[in-house]
Amino acid sequence: MTVAIDVALAGNPNSGKTTLFNRLTGSRQHVGNYPGVTVEKKEGRCRHQDRELALTDLPGTYSLTAYTEEEIVAREFLINTRPKVINITDASNLERNLYLTLQLLEIGIPVIIALNMIDVAKQRGIQIDACKLSLRLGIPVVPIIARSGKGSVELLGEVVKELEQPDISPLSISYGEDIDNALNEMGTIISETELLIEKYPVRWIALKFLENDTQIIERSRMDDNDVADKLMTIAEKVEKHLLVTLDSHPEAMIADYRYGYIKSLLQGGVITRTYDKNRLFITDKIDAVLTNRFLGPVIMLAILFGLYKFTFTYSELPVGWFESFFGWLSDLAATTLPDGYVKSLVVSGIIDGVGGVLGFVPIIAFMFFGIAVLEDSGYLARVAYMMDRVLRIFGLHGSSVMSYIVSGGIAGGCAVPGVMAARTLRSKNERLATILTAPFMNCGAKIPVLALLIAAFFQDGQSQMMFILTLVAWLGAVLVAKFFRMTVIKGESTPFVMELPPYRLPTFQGLMIHTWERTWQYIKKAGTVILAISVLIWAMMTFPELPLDQKQMFENQRQDIAASYPQAIQIEVASVDAEILSHQAVQLKTELLDIDNMQSEKALKNSVAGRIGTALEGVSLYAGFDWRTNIALVGGFAAKEVIVATLGTAYSLGEVEAEDIGSLSDTLAKAPGWNKIAALAVILFVMFYAPCFVTVVCISRETGSWKWGLFSMAFNTAFAFMLAVSVYQVGMLYYGVP
Amino acid sequence: MKKIILRKMKKKQFGTIAAVKIGGDLGRRIREMGLVPGTEVAITGRAPLYDPISLRVMGFNLTLRNSEADYIEVEVND
Repeated sequence: MTVAIDVALAGNPNSGKTTLFNRLTGSRQHVGNYPGVTVEKKEGRCRHQDRELALTDLPGTYSLTAYTEEEIVAREFLINTRPKVINITDASNLERNLYLTLQLLEIGIPVIIALNMIDVAKQRGIQIDACKLSLRLGIPVVPIIARSGKGSVELLGEVVKELEQPDISPLSISYGEDIDNALNEMGTIISETELLIEKYPVRWIALKFLENDTQIIERSRMDDNDVADKLMTIAEKVEKHLLVTLDSHPEAMIADYRYGYIKSLLQGGVITRTYDKNRLFITDKIDAVLTNRFLGPVIMLAILFGLYKFTFTYSELPVGWFESFFGWLSDLAATTLPDGYVKSLVVSGIIDGVGGVLGFVPIIAFMFFGIAVLEDSGYLARVAYMMDRVLRIFGLHGSSVMSYIVSGGIAGGCAVPGVMAARTLRSKNERLATILTAPFMNCGAKIPVLALLIAAFFQDGQSQMMFILTLVAWLGAVLVAKFFRMTVIKGESTPFVMELPPYRLPTFQGLMIHTWERTWQYIKKAGTVILAISVLIWAMMTFPELPLDQKQMFENQRQDIAASYPQAIQIEVASVDAEILSHQAVQLKTELLDIDNMQSEKALKNSVAGRIGTALEGVSLYAGFDWRTNIALVGGFAAKEVIVATLGTAYSLGEVEAEDIGSLSDTLAKAPGWNKIAALAVILFVMFYAPCFVTVVCISRETGSWKWGLFSMAFNTAFAFMLAVSVYQVGMLYYGVP
Repeated sequence: MKKIILRKMKKKQFGTIAAVKIGGDLGRRIREMGLVPGTEVAITGRAPLYDPISLRVMGFNLTLRNSEADYIEVEVND
């Protein structure tokens, strides 16, 4: 068995890179992360002529500078691994695609050009002479159609052939007299001092000094500070000279010359255009409708609403399957295990915890599928294009709107897929601001809590109230985003400059791989942590147990009540299979249940969570929350669904199901300490406080650091509390204690 | 022939880029997309709120904000 050949796939975004990767590797691929950054690393394997190829799909970039994480990662991989590079280029857009090719060649690694989408180019009236291009560049050029797999065998053949080629020398482009002289002068110094030359080509290092490449300059300083200083002096001299004589920067000159080089490369029959260069393509015709001033926004709302409906409606069925499965598992455990901690841990801690994680899986899979369709078809870029003007005001990006909507911007979403949806944002600061504010939206789990309080205190106009709360969530999210962008995530808005890719029909294989990959990542990464936290929260709400004498007291009460009924009724209640109970038996059962519920309330108050709730009363009363509300809110950190159930327990009603809130809302309406203002304070707090821990885990994963997960817990809770206190205090001041 | 900034171009008007007067991250992004002197551009549309704009460059579509287009000078026929 020979060693696998390292092959890297490099290319612009939208050049069909992922399609080719999927085509070559099929299911033999997996996704990971580059160490220390959140950039995805896709690796896969394929065979050709008995040779094993290890493929790496590099992030799609237009260039190889040091401005973005993606570019640095791609560059580092190329330099450290020195793979054979398949540079996939879009044939209908060759000029811009070759810009990256030149930079690959300047590093001095073997490059094979895969000239993709020759069919689309042909339709557009573009003919490319691959042989001529290959001769001029001195590297193989293989026409392919990644979508159908045409040409991929020839492509792999070239990769294997490349193994017998001697090492190639880096491409040397002329950048005009001023820069060339400086490059030569710097080159001499670098060769003499051997600065970094075991890794990088000499001229390339010099070029990076002129391009003001922070990564390479820093590396040089670490290697030899004096030499780096000398090189900097030369670079600065050229910069000044160019500014005075040509009113230009070296970086600009280098880019201009690269494009000049490409233009001369493509002259003389390499590219022939038979149609008018600027005729309307199908994409332009679609855009005339989809980005129309009036129709565009309407269609966009309809499509986003459709994505939302698709995600949450069609996932209902599989979510139901998961729920019934875990319900069945839970029942099974409840009946087979003996009463005690183990049973409680398995049922309430483990099965509920794992069920909670897996319950999201269908939703996440459907959402990623929907987003993959929007992304691969090219529509997502149009959403960003249309929404940018509005969201820019708040320091966000046009694409932020999708995260918000999935999170519950249309009431009833979920922040977990919402946070993950922010992956489509390429600009770092905007992405972080979106991730941190998306959980403010009214997700499906907050809805029962809001519905409960609205039903109890705002009977008139319940639906208006819900609508107002949706608007409040949006307002809160964008304003906090603005606040973040002015404080913790400061920094200029990232340049918007973005390609509007041509509309394309997504490939089914691509959609499925995309969906599966991301869903699996969620299960794998979130699963373990969430299980641990779920067990912790179970413990907090269970321990310490009620003291024995109190347990005994409740037991005595139960026995006393039972004893007050005739023997026959007692037997009737105790028997499991009696289906229709007599009137008296029902009465006895209700009385016993009341005792059970009182015991649960006492036990909850006695647990760690209950003690925390009671201890917090001193502070929380400023917002009008008593210990019962506090426990419910602490429990709500596990999942917002828990709030209603815990409130039920705290008010001695037993565990209240989210669908059945009638009795609880009646109780709350009459309970002391509750009124419209207190209810409003709780509503605002629930909307804005710490996201549930599944979301916190996702925030940490997506931002690559626990710091932001913890930040969102602390900041959101403080912010929500401030809101609740203001509403409660001001409200009480104006309306007095009702 | 006269020089105007890209933002001032009308829809479907053709022009040739004369200068890109910005460096740094934004300048680099503009250039790597092929917006360099000598390239032909045409405005293909404006977003519903008249910002950003979309362009046709070298046979593909590109969008940038008005504030970003301000750094790009274009030569147009009257």
